[in-house]
Amino acid sequence: MKADAQPLDTRSFDLAALAFVIALVLQAPHLPWWLGAPLLLAIGLRWWLRRYQRTRIPALLKLPLLALLVLAVVARYGNVFGLVPGTALAAGLLVLKLLETETPRDARVGMGFTCFTLMAALLFDQSLVATLAVALGLLPPLAALRSLEPGRRAPAALWREWLPGMGLLAVALPLAVLAFLLVPRLSSPLWGAPNVDQQRSGLADSMTPAGFTQLLVDDSPALRVSFDGSPPPPSLRYFRAYVMSHYDGASWTYRDVANQPPAPIEATAGIRYRISLEPTRQRVLPTLDMPLAAPPGASLRRDRVVIADKPVDKLRDYTVSSATAYRLEPQLGRHHARWLQLPAGFNPRTLALGQSWRRQYGNDDAAIVRAALALFHDGGFRYTLAPAPLGRNAMDDFLFDTREGFCEHYASAFTVLMRAAGIPARVITGYQGGYWNAIGHYLLVRNSDAHAWSEVWLAGKGWVRVDPTAAVRPQRISLGAAAAAPGGQLPWYQVGWLQSLRNHWDIVNRWWNQGVNGFNALRQRGLLRPFGIDRTDTSTLALLLAATCTLAMLIGLAWVWRRRKPEDAVRAALRQLERKLVRLGVARQAGEGPRDYLQRAAAALPAQRERLLELMHRYLELRYGRAKPTPESLRRLQRAIRDFPVRRVVK
Amino acid sequence: MHAALRRLAQRAVARAERRLPALTRLRQPEPLPIELNRRRIYILPTAFGFGFGALLLVMLVGALNYANNAALLLTCLLGAAAAASMLLAFRTLDGLRLSDIRADHVVAGEALRLTLDFSASRLREAVRLDCMGETRAFAVDGTAELCLQLPTTRRGWQALPRIRVWSTWPLGMFRAWSWLHPQQSVLVWPRPEQAGPPPVLPADGQERLRPQPGEELAALRDYRRGDAPRHIAWKASARHHDLLVKDFDRPEPRETWSLDWHALRSLDREARIARLARWLGEAEAQGRRYSLQLPGERIEFGSGPAHYARCMGALAVLP
Repeated sequence: MKADAQPLDTRSFDLAALAFVIALVLQAPHLPWWLGAPLLLAIGLRWWLRRYQRTRIPALLKLPLLALLVLAVVARYGNVFGLVPGTALAAGLLVLKLLETETPRDARVGMGFTCFTLMAALLFDQSLVATLAVALGLLPPLAALRSLEPGRRAPAALWREWLPGMGLLAVALPLAVLAFLLVPRLSSPLWGAPNVDQQRSGLADSMTPAGFTQLLVDDSPALRVSFDGSPPPPSLRYFRAYVMSHYDGASWTYRDVANQPPAPIEATAGIRYRISLEPTRQRVLPTLDMPLAAPPGASLRRDRVVIADKPVDKLRDYTVSSATAYRLEPQLGRHHARWLQLPAGFNPRTLALGQSWRRQYGNDDAAIVRAALALFHDGGFRYTLAPAPLGRNAMDDFLFDTREGFCEHYASAFTVLMRAAGIPARVITGYQGGYWNAIGHYLLVRNSDAHAWSEVWLAGKGWVRVDPTAAVRPQRISLGAAAAAPGGQLPWYQVGWLQSLRNHWDIVNRWWNQGVNGFNALRQRGLLRPFGIDRTDTSTLALLLAATCTLAMLIGLAWVWRRRKPEDAVRAALRQLERKLVRLGVARQAGEGPRDYLQRAAAALPAQRERLLELMHRYLELRYGRAKPTPESLRRLQRAIRDFPVRRVVK
Repeated sequence: MHAALRRLAQRAVARAERRLPALTRLRQPEPLPIELNRRRIYILPTAFGFGFGALLLVMLVGALNYANNAALLLTCLLGAAAAASMLLAFRTLDGLRLSDIRADHVVAGEALRLTLDFSASRLREAVRLDCMGETRAFAVDGTAELCLQLPTTRRGWQALPRIRVWSTWPLGMFRAWSWLHPQQSVLVWPRPEQAGPPPVLPADGQERLRPQPGEELAALRDYRRGDAPRHIAWKASARHHDLLVKDFDRPEPRETWSLDWHALRSLDREARIARLARWLGEAEAQGRRYSLQLPGERIEFGSGPAHYARCMGALAVLP
């Protein structure tokens, strides 16, 4: 078609470029900076060249650029398939498309591609904010597509271009929601789930100070917990994730042992609760204190760590019962030695201290624990998120030189001391605390609530939780991570009122997670059951979906097909005046012409006499005078009638 | 290759219209005004619409595969918006009126200027019109005038071609179209011959053709040999160093032309028409009064554009 071969006008190109920029910006958090920044720059350069230099990008340049892009992606990721390399490639191709966009046809293809890239951004982050941002990101492509139609009325201001797109999306929303509810879900994925990079923080199965600091400043939600009864008090809100047994002098690691029955536990009652876990790309499922059984799709390991069968790639809901008062593994048996492991040749002073306690307190393990806690409490230790770096003998340096650190340091040092004194001990990582959202009745636990503590085995009591951090800084346990951090160490977004605002706002995220992200085949069935539809297999759903779409289209057609009889504007104006006069007590009688009626009204309302007579003349002139009323005179009459006062003049 | 395909498609469409007039709505010419309604507006996705549909399908499968509800919702939203754009495309044409077509007078071989008057109750944007291989885009804000050039080849009544009004508003994914076939013809005048003899007039006409001095004094000019002495302006010449002569305005011989078809027996039909057309044009240009005798019709003496148009029209419709 001829119109498709003509060059784009400035407005269309601007809108297309804007659509590309927004798609790229929404994609940017998932792109490496060395790709994102040059791509944005390329768009800017291209826009500037076309607008002010009126030059095109030579076609010869495109092939080398494409080769460069593919090479860069392959060099970084190894291939071009998969979600992350695919996204990087798509973003690059998007920009290459803009380089050659000169005709409406190019622009249309580009806009389709933009929509696709926008959707791909949601594969990384499907929070409410991201979804809204992407939905708004649809406006520039829609506006650009509109601007490609020749013979339209282009608005002068750029922002007015968004309005029709918003209207279109608003009209489309009901049908979209219905389709969303009824689309049959796949029972199993057609191809592999996305293997997203591990760049997202979360608890890892090994504990190093550096990794933990990163975690403590990441305040994205980690899990949301709703309890069947009342929530446990803050001091009991310990969510166990990993039990770490092995220490190599620098880091603690979790050793997963499958095919062993969980350690025996004696517990009376459990707390039932439901956790919705944000994606962690790991298999561990944190649970409150000591889980009694594993949820479906997961298994309980020997040390009562809950490990899921598959990595948690999307939001995962699970319900567990846990005990907070219990006796775990009263008999340690042959595992005794495992909990006393220490690397050889590290931390001699620490080991000496532990051994000296054993000599001092004899067999009283509880006294040794108390001695260690007393050391932390009274030994001049300081809680800080930015401790001084430690050397090779990390625990020696920490205990005897720097004496500052956060939970990881205290848990680690305490466990090493206990093991040196011959008490079986281990490091537990997980979350502690959280924010109780009273409106939503759930506990919000952020990544910054990550915590490390210890468990020691005492004869007759089994494994007992000891939190050495509480000895140094009790607020960390009772008030939470944010309150415990010394002033000035927290990022700006975790400060005071802002944090509280964010905590309240989280209820919206939870609602979004539960209502939208957590909507699955099961909920679909629950939704349809009240309507008498019990079978929700694919064919039933497809039929329902087709019926709904047809119905929606019929409603749309009814709206489109209805014809309003074009009312005579002059007569409508007179009718408005009549209504006003009725309120003033002068009603038009049957068979009374407009002239007689308005003259009678003028006589009855002397205060408005002049005005009414003028209106009458105008009306008669418009209605019977010229063949066709001019728009201005009609507008004048309408305005005069609108301004006609209804209030009675009080005399 | 491309042209061959297009020809093939055109032939297929023409055949379909012949065979299935009810389905393809080969519209009989109809009187103005023509208002588009739902019975005559058709909609199909454009190539871009099909492509976008395929893209939506890919997005849908991707979202379902990754069990990503946010992406699924977005895909549904885009799909619903595309469906809504189909209704908007329909609304762009629905209720559009072709209220009038005006045509200028034109001689065969020149382009005919058609003015189409469209009207609509609300704003229509990006309406397009195909006529004789030409596409025009316009917006109708209450009313709109559209000028078209239509090539002409021969004299006589020329029917207007079928006009396609279409729109891919607002997203270019759906194309709504409707055919207009106005029952209106325009009269194309015969083309005058380039040059030829003046009309042969009756003898009394020849007498009046001789130049005669007029009565009105028009100007003074220099004396030339042969000027009558009684025309010399003596008084004026006294104030001048040459003799001045009074020049009298001699009005053009404004005799009437009575043009007769039967007087041109030696020519064939079209040549006669072309000559008569030229004479009509000359007579009108010189401000003469003229009459036209045609087989079966006689147009009495007259002049002026209306008279000219009547004569040319009579020539145009000659069998």
